[in-house]
Amino acid sequence: MTVFLRPKYAFKVPVNAQNITPDAFVSKTIEEIKMLEVFEGNKRRTLGELFEITGEDGKSLEETRIQITGDLLKVKRIGEAMTSGEIAIEGDVGMHLGEKMKSGTITVAGNAGSWLGAMMRGGTITVKGNVGDYVGAAYRGSTKGMKGGTITIHGNAGSEVGCFMRKGIIKIYGNAGQFVGMHMHDGTIFVQGDTEGRAGASMTEGKIVILGNAASVLPTFTIDDVKKKVKINGEEVQGPFYLFTGDIAEKGNGKLYVAKAKNPHLGFYEKYL
Amino acid sequence: MTELLIKNGFVYDPLNKINGEKTDIAVRDGRIVEKVEGGRVKKINASGMIVMPGGVDIHTHVAGAKVNLGRMLRPEDHYKDVEPKTAKTRSGVGYSIPSTFTTGYRYAKMGWTTVMDPAMPPLKARHTHEELNDIPILDKATYPLLGDSWIVMETLSDGRIDECAAYIAWELNATKGYAIKIVNPGGLEAWGFGRNVRNIDDAVPNFNITPREIVRGLCKVNQLLHLPHTIHVHTNNLGKPGNYENTLKTMQCVEDLAHDSRPQIHITHCQFSAFAGSDWRTFESAADKISNYVNAHNHVTLDMGQVVFSDTTTMTADGPFQFILYQLTGNKWVNGDVETETSSGIVPFHYKRSSYVHATQWSIGLELALLIKDPWKILLTTDHPNAGPFIAYPKIISWLMSQKARERVMKKINKKARRKSLLPTIDREYTPYEIAIATRAGQAKALGLKNKGHLGIGADADIAIYGLNPEKTDLGKNPRMIRRAFKHAAYTIKDGQIVVKDGEIVKSVNGRTFWVNVETKKVSVENRILREKFEKYYTVQYDNYLVPEHNLAFSAPIQVQAEV
Repeated sequence: MTVFLRPKYAFKVPVNAQNITPDAFVSKTIEEIKMLEVFEGNKRRTLGELFEITGEDGKSLEETRIQITGDLLKVKRIGEAMTSGEIAIEGDVGMHLGEKMKSGTITVAGNAGSWLGAMMRGGTITVKGNVGDYVGAAYRGSTKGMKGGTITIHGNAGSEVGCFMRKGIIKIYGNAGQFVGMHMHDGTIFVQGDTEGRAGASMTEGKIVILGNAASVLPTFTIDDVKKKVKINGEEVQGPFYLFTGDIAEKGNGKLYVAKAKNPHLGFYEKYL
Repeated sequence: MTELLIKNGFVYDPLNKINGEKTDIAVRDGRIVEKVEGGRVKKINASGMIVMPGGVDIHTHVAGAKVNLGRMLRPEDHYKDVEPKTAKTRSGVGYSIPSTFTTGYRYAKMGWTTVMDPAMPPLKARHTHEELNDIPILDKATYPLLGDSWIVMETLSDGRIDECAAYIAWELNATKGYAIKIVNPGGLEAWGFGRNVRNIDDAVPNFNITPREIVRGLCKVNQLLHLPHTIHVHTNNLGKPGNYENTLKTMQCVEDLAHDSRPQIHITHCQFSAFAGSDWRTFESAADKISNYVNAHNHVTLDMGQVVFSDTTTMTADGPFQFILYQLTGNKWVNGDVETETSSGIVPFHYKRSSYVHATQWSIGLELALLIKDPWKILLTTDHPNAGPFIAYPKIISWLMSQKARERVMKKINKKARRKSLLPTIDREYTPYEIAIATRAGQAKALGLKNKGHLGIGADADIAIYGLNPEKTDLGKNPRMIRRAFKHAAYTIKDGQIVVKDGEIVKSVNGRTFWVNVETKKVSVENRILREKFEKYYTVQYDNYLVPEHNLAFSAPIQVQAEV
């Protein structure tokens, strides 16, 4: 039971599409779905005006699947607060995808914008391409970031991944920007590639694992041990890793694992063990 | 020429002793009149509905430098509560610190028409009035913070009461203020040097004076100036366990100044000042002790400062208290020092049901309101946004009117707090008449607003109509109905114009700003002396300090003849 959406034209201004969720689509006919409200810039529009909509919706939330094909870089807030079902995006997508989502699945074949899965509570988001900044972060000013669920990114991510994260897992198979796991309270972040440094700034609890090069480790982290391997959600990742704890400036007890192999510049820490 | 006739409503007008009788209310040109006739009269059928005077809020932080800083500090607060523009209204945001226009609309939707901003640092008067100008529909006023002013403390410690009175009269005129606000007397000045006062008899550092002398002195000044409102006091030691003793002392200290049973002191957001215990673990309610005192004395009015379980923003002029709150929560914070006048602070705060302290605070507010027998003495506020945003008033009204509603919340709160709460022993339920006192008549009376809070001939035609039938519904059993009715007024009428219909804004009108223009017999204050003080103490020039009347978009001065 899939509803197919395709943009009718290339959007020039941001489209606020918080109504593209299984929760809004369920038990509606295609005609009814076409009448759902979206904002294109400051203009109130219907979904039918912006998208070609075909297919058939599910009778229950779990069965509802939404497939969107095309360039959605200007489309924001898809899947906001969704509680079940599936959204598949064949192309690139804009900011705030899956923000505050509670459950369900989102997959993106292309790239995604910033604030991916911000403040999410549960569910799964998978992105094949790259994403912007603030993955699983808290909204500006808020201290309540991601609280659960899994975000998997096969490309690169921007800065401040998992800012104010409280629970859940973020896996990045590419590189990540600065401040990975900033203000993190709990949860796990795994970066297979390189990071630009300052990982774990102000973190109090939680786990950050960096397999690639970490440009620097903050002076408010102390070396604790060298570990052969580390477990992420039951899966073992082979090291060895330097284990740092911090951020001491916040009286934190977060764990920062940095792979030894790619980080010879951190070797001097060993003499403090 | 707008003429209105509100027919067949159950009218609750406590100042004119009308208790739910079916009466017609006639309005012409923004005033209540005896009758209107003719074909052009617009009739409102209020049968089966409650008609009350427009709501009055004696204490709500809606404008000023501090409120605006709170807005800037909390983008996440606005993000979750956005109001798009409509044909009649502007766009805006909530939640705990709504934008100016949204503030006006949301109050009006609940049937409130007059609000008082209670904390204006005199130096920020211009900013405060700019914001008040931008709040639509409501009539407003603001109280300058005068309890920690150097000039006040200097003159009072020398016993120069007349001179202090002249200064206050000048200050009310210069800042276009309405009443004397005292926050943590002496403590804010001490905070400028990293200290505080803990007790009403502690000496204020650098000044030969105690908080008791400040409160007493300003109470006398208030009497000398014949100000419409009493002194408006936020007590020392607010928000700390065991502070109720100090609150009692503050009320007692002006007992001998009382005469003709008029109130002489208003203790604001009393919930925060009614804590017993010696630390947060032994913390408990002292509402019974406060209410015993208030029941036996007539010189005090209080307002509740009722806690609502929500994510809100605390903001007061009490800088030292806000610093303690920051240490407790670890949240982001702002703390400010306003030169020779006052201080300020802002900390976001989340009141949680599961917390023993927060749940007990929730209980204290309601205990105060229910244990104080005379509803004229305890007024409904949340000290918006400190204990909760004002949009929670309908919820609080339902708690006051329905034991069932209180029990429903009791089931969900912290177990220890539930066990210790006095609420299960209280079966009092407010009647609509008492609600009209606590939310309108009592507030207007305490404020000395002659044309507000009642529906007598000549009063301002500020009227709220709620879709609630007290004859057909057992209100105590239907708290949800109460909440719904007070959340969306069927009609709100401001100055004789219908501004809200069925909970939606249909017209946006402008509200006035009240201020007190005190005429003193002597030359107010010797200009030369004041100029010298400004040269010596202030970062602004004397001439730039004064707020000219044309800065108020809709100025409504209240003329007062002082004794001195």
